[in-house]
Amino acid sequence: MTVSDPETTAQAQLADLLPEPEKLGIEVGPDGIVEITADRSRVIEVLRTLRDRPELDCNLLLDICGVDYPDRDKRFEVVYHLTSLGADHRFRVKVPVAEDDPNVPTAYGIWKAADWFEREAWDLFGIRFDGHPNLRRILTHEAFQGHALRKDYDPEQRWILTEAETMVPEWATEIVENGGDFETQILNLGPSHPATHGTIRTVVRLDGEVITRAECEIGYLHRCFEKMSETHGWNEIIPYTDRLNYCSSMINGVGYALGVEQMLDIEAPPRAQAVRLILSEFSRIMDHAVCLGANLVDLGALTNFWYFFQPREEIYSLLESCAGGRLTVSYTRIGGLAHDVPADFEERVRFLLGYIPKFIDDVDKLITGNRIFRDRTEGIGALSAEEAVAWGWTGPCLRACGVPYDLRRVRPYLGYENYEFDVPVATTGDCYARYLVRLEEMRQSLRIIEQAIDRVPDGPVITDNHHVALPPKSKVYSEMEALIWHFKLIYDGIKVPAGACYSATEGANGELGYYLVSDGTGHPYRIKVRPPCFAIFQAYPHMLEGHLLADAIAILGSLNIIAGELDR
Amino acid sequence: MWVDLIVIGVKLAFGLVVLLTTVPIMVWVERRGSALIQDRLGPNRVGPLGLFQPIVDVVKLLAKEVITPAGVRPLLYILAPAIAVIVALSTFIAIPIGKDSGLELFGHAVNGFIVAPDLNIGLLYVFAIASFGVYPLLLAGWSSDNKYALLGGVRASAQAISYEIAMIIAIVGVLMSSGTLRLQQIVDAQSGVWMGFLPHWNVFSQPIGALIFMVAVFAETNRLPFDLPEADAELVAGYHTEYSSIRFAAFYMSEYLHMTVAASLVTVLFLGGWNLPWIDIPFEGWAGALLSMGVFGIKVATLLWFFVWVRWTLPRFRYDQLMALGWKVMVPLAVLNFLWVGVAMALGYM
Repeated sequence: MTVSDPETTAQAQLADLLPEPEKLGIEVGPDGIVEITADRSRVIEVLRTLRDRPELDCNLLLDICGVDYPDRDKRFEVVYHLTSLGADHRFRVKVPVAEDDPNVPTAYGIWKAADWFEREAWDLFGIRFDGHPNLRRILTHEAFQGHALRKDYDPEQRWILTEAETMVPEWATEIVENGGDFETQILNLGPSHPATHGTIRTVVRLDGEVITRAECEIGYLHRCFEKMSETHGWNEIIPYTDRLNYCSSMINGVGYALGVEQMLDIEAPPRAQAVRLILSEFSRIMDHAVCLGANLVDLGALTNFWYFFQPREEIYSLLESCAGGRLTVSYTRIGGLAHDVPADFEERVRFLLGYIPKFIDDVDKLITGNRIFRDRTEGIGALSAEEAVAWGWTGPCLRACGVPYDLRRVRPYLGYENYEFDVPVATTGDCYARYLVRLEEMRQSLRIIEQAIDRVPDGPVITDNHHVALPPKSKVYSEMEALIWHFKLIYDGIKVPAGACYSATEGANGELGYYLVSDGTGHPYRIKVRPPCFAIFQAYPHMLEGHLLADAIAILGSLNIIAGELDR
Repeated sequence: MWVDLIVIGVKLAFGLVVLLTTVPIMVWVERRGSALIQDRLGPNRVGPLGLFQPIVDVVKLLAKEVITPAGVRPLLYILAPAIAVIVALSTFIAIPIGKDSGLELFGHAVNGFIVAPDLNIGLLYVFAIASFGVYPLLLAGWSSDNKYALLGGVRASAQAISYEIAMIIAIVGVLMSSGTLRLQQIVDAQSGVWMGFLPHWNVFSQPIGALIFMVAVFAETNRLPFDLPEADAELVAGYHTEYSSIRFAAFYMSEYLHMTVAASLVTVLFLGGWNLPWIDIPFEGWAGALLSMGVFGIKVATLLWFFVWVRWTLPRFRYDQLMALGWKVMVPLAVLNFLWVGVAMALGYM
């Protein structure tokens, strides 16, 4: 998109509604999102206006992240991504911060969603957010020294962790010191607990079995994805993206590739787009199956888990026949797909279309009307739509609160606008609503695949732009030019033009965002993933208060926390 | 005198063998049965149809190291699993498993297929001993020095209290209609037909009582949907979190023993024991005795399969919902059953 695009111009004009716009730097980014550069003294005012002016109506804070430019006068940049749920326009607010005074006022007062995102920026960049209620490290250990995503941080250095002590919240020790109160006790749920399905720690204070306070500690699965990306070529990052939400790895790769393709201003061939869409929707089904299955296991209904795992295995077989891998497929490439689908692809997809509904119906019949299940989930972990938006929720969890926000519908990509599907919405926002939404989304995904499989065009699956994709082997062996392209691409990698792009796709858990910054070399300058469950999970400890211990497990399962994308 | 002891000894041995054999069989049924329900195969490698799998399980458990974690209360910690097994075994001695038509063994009357035939408080004894079943859970939870175990133990005691009351009130109906505490006579009272066309089993004359007893039995045996003391997703493994090897096996075994005892009790109290529906067989001689045991066994086996079936179908209750069900629904219903039996008896229907 260019600045002359009328839609973008209109959005840029919206920025004029901000207070004293002449003192703000307003321009349109290469991805069509209006960028507002504000001084830190004015950022809160700008953010508040963006949220509160009815014409702007940016009620959802998507992401806060830091970027490090050591050569600049003000070294760091804090980047806020905002979207409006009603009007579909997005803004990017940038705040430059100097290294010797890295303070920015907190946005926690405007959006609760800022809570963990700001902690992450503090943890990885050392940017302080004044007024943040709990500015502690989040992804790295308390004893970690330095800030890992700064460009001058040496990844070679090793920290020896000598203290065994992990996070003990102040409120937890207070109780112990007061003594005499036999009613309450502190209980550690995790990091190794059957219901966490990964490594997440929740400290709860119990009064009998009622939780009176809770706090979470994450980061056990932090794998430095973002730091590693900065030293890899653009295509080499795709295997890492598979490990973000490993239950639906295809969607991650597609979201990333779409962002890079936008920066390169290329498009994958139609056949690749269709296959990406079909496999993404299958991945969504698998992800929901795992989430619902695990949630039901935690509620004691183990059988449903197996009912969901049967079709999941079959879908993995389809992915395996396409990509060679099952869980982590690494099938996407920038500009298309690694290789074409097998000859029996259509047959396999049609088999699955007939095979999967039976299992969904089985669980539906066994569980949806079950009195025990309904008693355990209705009204449990309920969040109102306003609260969910304030926490930055997206995806099925937000739709269960009654907000029909689905990126496939609002900002279509991969040609989702050409397919008929419903966006299921529930109103109560509780565990039961989340269950219903996920169950229906599986059926809608099947509906999309049903339409898509009829329309898979013939043709190549990867772009013929040889700045991006290797020429076919036959040409490399027979044509000089192709050999040169091959050589250049292998040695230099894909050269993405300098700039920034925020690519958003509808992941299985919600909006999966990639904020990609390139400096024109063969490596990304900075990649920030906006994992949907990061925003969702930060509400979790607050949702627990007043619930029973058993509810904590039910809520955790219904939110679908995938430690891989939570901790990155 | 000596002959008496020998007869009792033989009966004890027989009862023990029967009861203990049900454990590996039930473990196999549970594993294969859950696999059947869940569209899986289940253990199928050791022996034909995986039948020897339970034996391998036991050997594995016995070969594991017995770990006593630091911080436990050693005496109670070790005693708890032992009590669990003892309680489960001792309830069985008052339960008759077949019809004795005056048979003799070594020239001495068999005196019923029951270990303790002269116990005129049979039913009372069974429930007095069965109520001990909560102690091992509570002791294990408390002595383990583990918060999850403690929560499991607390849940177990709360659950036992709320369910035993409804269960006992439900049984009062059976006592009233049969007029005896001897389980043999309770079975005999259920022969023939009732109202002209139904078998004279208590399940037909007192359906509410039977239902309540059945639900309470699920709670007593800590099986899904009432497995809250264990609640593996919430409490890791509940009261037996800190147990390993043979001690864990003892808890595991006692669960299946409790199931068998509970199924036998339901059969005796509500399903007419060894009585066949509509057919009046006198069960004469040894052949008759074996036949009656067969009928009894089939009823127990069906109930045991029902336990397995329910476990793999229903989700788990929540602690407070379970209490609410016990106190607010089951106790009033049990009283209703009690009134129904009284009225029916006064009007001559029972």
